[in-house]
Amino acid sequence: MSIFDRRPLRRGRQGQFVVGLGADERALLASLPGQMRELLADRGDPSLRRLFPPAYSSPDDWEREEEYARLMADDLLGRHREALDLLESTAQAEELSAEQLEGWLRALNSIRLLLGTRLGVTEDDEPDPSTSPLHGLYYFLGYLQECGLDALVGTGAGGE
Amino acid sequence: MPTAAPVEVHEPDLTGVVAADRPWKVIVWNDPINLMSYVTFVIQKLFGYSREKAHKLMMDVHTKGKAVVSSGPREKAELDVFRLHEHGLWATMEHDE
Repeated sequence: MSIFDRRPLRRGRQGQFVVGLGADERALLASLPGQMRELLADRGDPSLRRLFPPAYSSPDDWEREEEYARLMADDLLGRHREALDLLESTAQAEELSAEQLEGWLRALNSIRLLLGTRLGVTEDDEPDPSTSPLHGLYYFLGYLQECGLDALVGTGAGGE
Repeated sequence: MPTAAPVEVHEPDLTGVVAADRPWKVIVWNDPINLMSYVTFVIQKLFGYSREKAHKLMMDVHTKGKAVVSSGPREKAELDVFRLHEHGLWATMEHDE
């Protein structure tokens, strides 16, 4: 059965979140944070730009922007890393707390921001998962994120 | 009863002060990667808005290209921008008109 036919993340009876992923999918999820951390380490990759957007709308505020980046860039990097570390350390978990699931959503989102930027995803061009393995991965992570959101804030349908 | 002598009032020049005090608005911009449900979730969580309000703001982002999600003094706006960036949303701040 394909992952897209079932709910890989769903709310359990005790308010916990049940992870219904296969071994291959878990191994994949566990491998992504390390790759992200490598990219984050030197910050040179232009595909990371969506993870570190400017804070000020106007280029006229460049002095404030510089000051902001000086004070906050490391904190932002740290927060991105925390979520990735959490995903890595809980990739084999059968259940997640709400807090852990939120961490998953942030980590999945970071990875999607990088992939989507690399793939040049646009509003009018919904990526076709069959185009390439990276497109497939982007689609899979989006599906996982959607299911996680639904479990967290949705009706919780899907049950045990 | 003596009449009060006219007092010359010096209007203080508030231009600089007013500019500094003008609130900043925090804007979330549309982007093709973030899921609509995720944007709603983040806005609701960070600002404590109702689901309806968060959904409306997300729809503004989606259909109009952007939405003002909060406003206030510069320090608060910077913190809001940081929290939005932490969640991967594309947010910037600018002076209110």
